[in-house]
Amino acid sequence: MSVQIDPVTADPTSTATLTAVAVRSKRGRRVQLGILRNRKALVGIIILAVFVVLAIIGKWIAPYNPDTVNATAGLQPPSPDHWLGTTATGQDILSQLLVGTQGVMLVGLTAGIVATLISVIVGVVSGFIGGIGDEILSLISNVFLVIPALPLIIIITGLLPSAGGLTVAFVIAITGWAWGARVMRAQTLSLRKRDFVEAARANGEPLWRIVFFEIMPNLTAIIASGFIGTVIFAILSEVTLAFIGVTSISDWNWGTVLFWAQSSQALVQGAWWWFVPAGLCIAAVGTSLTLINFGIDEFVNPRLRSTAANAGVLRRKKIRARIGFTPVYRGKDNR
Amino acid sequence: MKFLIRRVIFYVITAWAAVTLNFFIPRLLPGDPVQSLINKYQGRLSTDAIQSLYVLFGLDKDSSLWDDYVKYWAGLFRGDFGISFTYFPTPVSEIISQSLPWTLLLVGISTILGFVLGTLAGVGLGWRRGTWADGLLPVANFFSAIPYFWLGLIAISLFAVIIPVFPASGGYEGGLIPEFSGQFIGSAIYHGILPALTIVISSIAGWILSMRNMMVTVSSEDYVTVAQAKGLPERTVMFGYAARNAVLPSISGFALSLGFIVGGTLVTEMVFSYPGIGFTLFQAISSKDYPLMQGIFLIITLSVLVANMAADFAYALLDPRTRQEG
Repeated sequence: MSVQIDPVTADPTSTATLTAVAVRSKRGRRVQLGILRNRKALVGIIILAVFVVLAIIGKWIAPYNPDTVNATAGLQPPSPDHWLGTTATGQDILSQLLVGTQGVMLVGLTAGIVATLISVIVGVVSGFIGGIGDEILSLISNVFLVIPALPLIIIITGLLPSAGGLTVAFVIAITGWAWGARVMRAQTLSLRKRDFVEAARANGEPLWRIVFFEIMPNLTAIIASGFIGTVIFAILSEVTLAFIGVTSISDWNWGTVLFWAQSSQALVQGAWWWFVPAGLCIAAVGTSLTLINFGIDEFVNPRLRSTAANAGVLRRKKIRARIGFTPVYRGKDNR
Repeated sequence: MKFLIRRVIFYVITAWAAVTLNFFIPRLLPGDPVQSLINKYQGRLSTDAIQSLYVLFGLDKDSSLWDDYVKYWAGLFRGDFGISFTYFPTPVSEIISQSLPWTLLLVGISTILGFVLGTLAGVGLGWRRGTWADGLLPVANFFSAIPYFWLGLIAISLFAVIIPVFPASGGYEGGLIPEFSGQFIGSAIYHGILPALTIVISSIAGWILSMRNMMVTVSSEDYVTVAQAKGLPERTVMFGYAARNAVLPSISGFALSLGFIVGGTLVTEMVFSYPGIGFTLFQAISSKDYPLMQGIFLIITLSVLVANMAADFAYALLDPRTRQEG
């Protein structure tokens, strides 16, 4: 070894290797600190947290009762009294949005949890058992995947005598689990034959232990991103249902606000304060959830991650990111 | 060939499942919807309509479930979806055949336009990652989270109320009769621009994002580096090597997200009072016209199935690996 010391230390590349090692260990720490170090995911989590807090305290901080009709204050633009203006019947729009946040969040969360449970069970089971059981389960999930979900939800909720928040959440979950199941099945299939699973099997571990302690931890990221995707789908579906008036129009959520705006001709009267804020709320929650999902994506897919992480470095060095400069190659060479 | 046969069998099964679902949904729901409907219409329903309602909901005590099911299928093959309440006594199939062409044209053109434009933009953004182009991603992200109908509302208030350049609703000028004349087609195109634009803008962001991520992943493959090292023109590497492979997941994604997009476009039609199938569905919902609702659901599902099948075959044509596997 001593023979090599001189040329190596004299060689400028060795310092490069050293810094590369340092960089790598830094990157390792980033991985440990997890998703919070990802700027996109952090922004998404902060926005989402604001809405979750509003969903919990919205009822109490709403300045007015959202149902109170005030004939003298109809269709007022935003003012110090009514921050987001009033409806045609003088109801306070800010209060309607604040009270409605809870409905949106609750349905999104419930539908997300139920759909994710179904998709994990169906996906993991069908990926794990294989054979005819797998064929049948994937056929069922493919059928659900192809049948357009929103019309199906509209038909079911339209036929129900009274469609409250929880009913809608369950209908959405029943129609929206298939995508997650498909992804979960693919991942389980690729995990099933890995060495550590085979080793667990050879050790005589019971099936439930293999599934819950060997397979499931490796599915965490996919389950999380599937959950978030379903929540987005559920929120959009619920708001859409409320907007077209299929669900109960007396429960406040953002779609209900838009329903009343549309049916009271808010567009023609130029009452932008009636329909713009609700849409922005939906878009903000949707964006925050997609940002979190991108964070998970970048966390799982190192190519996307290193692109994002190195974009700034490349820009500083005035290198145009192109094929040969893909940072992944630098990482590979060092390893 | 084996792949194609497998797919066709799958679509036949799916179609059967959709029809069966459509048959069972009204029968599984609680309560006596017919009685509440009769009360709602207060004697305006004829005895024939009431009888057909009882048959539809499976509350007809005289016949068994199996008989109903067979009858239902026989009716479908004759193109008989029952009779609409709101447009009584017009058959559902007639109402659907009037509104379907509008939807097929509007949704077909704008969905494909959104896919093509979004994919091209995604290729560009993925190729120039790490530059100013990444700044467009949050914008695309924001647009992908906006519900279709809200963008429609904004489009109407901007371009039909504040700056009145486009009509706010309808599919053609009020006084015109649908026919193949220059005046009518011109009016139809003029009325279609705003809804089409809404659908393109709302659907484009998703394609941009997925294509961009695929481009980033594919660009670091060895064969792309080799193509670059050979000194091939940048355009050739970008489209002929990277984009060609990156587009494959997008096409299979196209098939799968079609159902979602169609759902969104239906609501867009409702916002614009566009005379297509979505608006008809909207009217059917508000008047609780169950036979019409169900007929529309079936038609939408079958159309999505056909489109899916087309996308599947295109995929098989583009990716030789699928053909080998089968």
